[in-house]
Amino acid sequence: MGMYNEKVMEHFTNPRNAGTMENPDAVGSYGSPVCGDMMEISLKIEDNVIVDAKFRTFGCGSAIASSSVATDMIKGKTLEEALALTNQNFVDELGGLPGAKIHCSVLSEQAIKLAIYNYAKEKGLVLEGLKDFDPNEEHDHE
Amino acid sequence: MRQVYLDYSATTPVKNKVLEEMLPYFSENFGNPSSLYQIGFKSKDAITLARSRVAQLIGAEDKEIYFTSSGTEADNWAVIGTAKALKPKGNHIITSKIEHHALLHTCEYLEKEGYQVTYLNVDKKGMVSLEELERAITDRTILISIMFANNEVGTIQPIKEIAKIAKKHGVLFHTDGVQALGNLPIDVKELNVDMMSISAHKIYGPKGVGALYIRKGLTIPNLIHGGGQENKKRAGTENVPGIVGFGKAASLADENLASHIEKVRTLRDYFISQITTRIEDVVVNGDMEHRLPGNANLIFKYIEGEALLLYMDTKGIFASTGSACSSATFSPSHVLSAMGLPLEQVYSSIRFTVGDFTTKEDIDYAVDEIVEMVEKLRAFSPYNKDNVMNSAQSCNCQA
Ligand SMILES: Cc1ncc(COP(=O)(O)O)c(C=O)c1O
Repeated sequence: MGMYNEKVMEHFTNPRNAGTMENPDAVGSYGSPVCGDMMEISLKIEDNVIVDAKFRTFGCGSAIASSSVATDMIKGKTLEEALALTNQNFVDELGGLPGAKIHCSVLSEQAIKLAIYNYAKEKGLVLEGLKDFDPNEEHDHE
Repeated sequence: MRQVYLDYSATTPVKNKVLEEMLPYFSENFGNPSSLYQIGFKSKDAITLARSRVAQLIGAEDKEIYFTSSGTEADNWAVIGTAKALKPKGNHIITSKIEHHALLHTCEYLEKEGYQVTYLNVDKKGMVSLEELERAITDRTILISIMFANNEVGTIQPIKEIAKIAKKHGVLFHTDGVQALGNLPIDVKELNVDMMSISAHKIYGPKGVGALYIRKGLTIPNLIHGGGQENKKRAGTENVPGIVGFGKAASLADENLASHIEKVRTLRDYFISQITTRIEDVVVNGDMEHRLPGNANLIFKYIEGEALLLYMDTKGIFASTGSACSSATFSPSHVLSAMGLPLEQVYSSIRFTVGDFTTKEDIDYAVDEIVEMVEKLRAFSPYNKDNVMNSAQSCNCQA
């Protein structure tokens, strides 16, 4: 038995949607190398539906596996549907993460929200799911 | 799957010759060394032999070796014992920022008890400064404790010079020799140290047995109270098989010291040269000159160390890191941080340590795999040559 279950390891060793895309419609990055993880997400959006998603992540195994499932899960979803997803959805999809690693999945949730926030701002969209979202919110690191 | 163990500083496998000597003391020779009959005497004799073998490895006299349950206990005993004994004289202890937690957390405990502790800085290579040390000494200083060799980056401190300074000021000097033991020649008399902690499981002996060298003439109060074992200095029925194993491991280490050092240094240097020529942007942490022969601590820029370790584990390659993705329970390597490494490079560092059972084929296999993994992880890292990580960025991630 290792630290992570098979599904996490599978996503970690064969991450889906890893990399960048040409002319993304939206980009969001969250985290910083100083905290040990950083994720950048790029989206292709058509008629308010996410048609493609790519990620680049600096981080531990669970940060990478979360990035992989998160980008998979938002593909084909409307912006509102994607905003409704939380890190818990990603953790569930992975079949669980060790307690101390749950927060690594927050990276994905925040990066997705930021990308959509940037997009909505640029397009002048008002999205229900962004009502309480503050892009400058400082999460406590301790 | 092939397994390549590159974590000899964490622990070592017990050598067959060591195990063979230990085994009878679990079964037929199970007697209590304090008992006054044949099988008791057998156990007592076995401890006597082990003590002299351990003493031999560090140039001590037999009666200066006190067996303990671990290197950790030896560290606790030396520091707490000295602190208690010399309370009337002073309450100031000097140590370094890069000590093992066995030492650091003991000092933190003493701080809560009213002692004052100075944690010396280290330079980029992980060396303490003798000038800073001497400046830190006051008339309230009762103990200097500086590790012989560091477990993360392998840096070897100028122990003889530190001992000289301690003597000059009439301050006791303890050194944590756990990583140094069996990896470089040690002569406690020539070095003139007052106390030294050592442990069996880093030299191909069993876990759960260590020793404290206490210079003849020096007395510190007991840490563990009870029976009269270890010349009334360390109570508890002796871990006879463990002590026997420590003794055998020590005599093997003594016999093979030169060839061991040559072997692991050659393999370590080969590993570093392969990795650094085949992978761009890899930097060696620490000092190449004053360094444990088997230690390689490397920064793989742009990727996170724990991810690489996890990858390596899937290919049967075992190494370690003081760093991991930020988590509530996690703190980045205090050693690399004290050396002034920016945090993002601390996260990208991995320690490899080779040992007696490592082969060139192991290294070749590990290097091939690591080259591939680093490439794979870097392919989707947001950082690269043109977009370097910036430690000035603030941390706003959630814990
Ligand atoms: C430098 C140093 N000191 C102390 C210890 C603790 O020794 P032990 O594992 O025997 O408690 C270790 C080993 O982890 C070490 O590397």
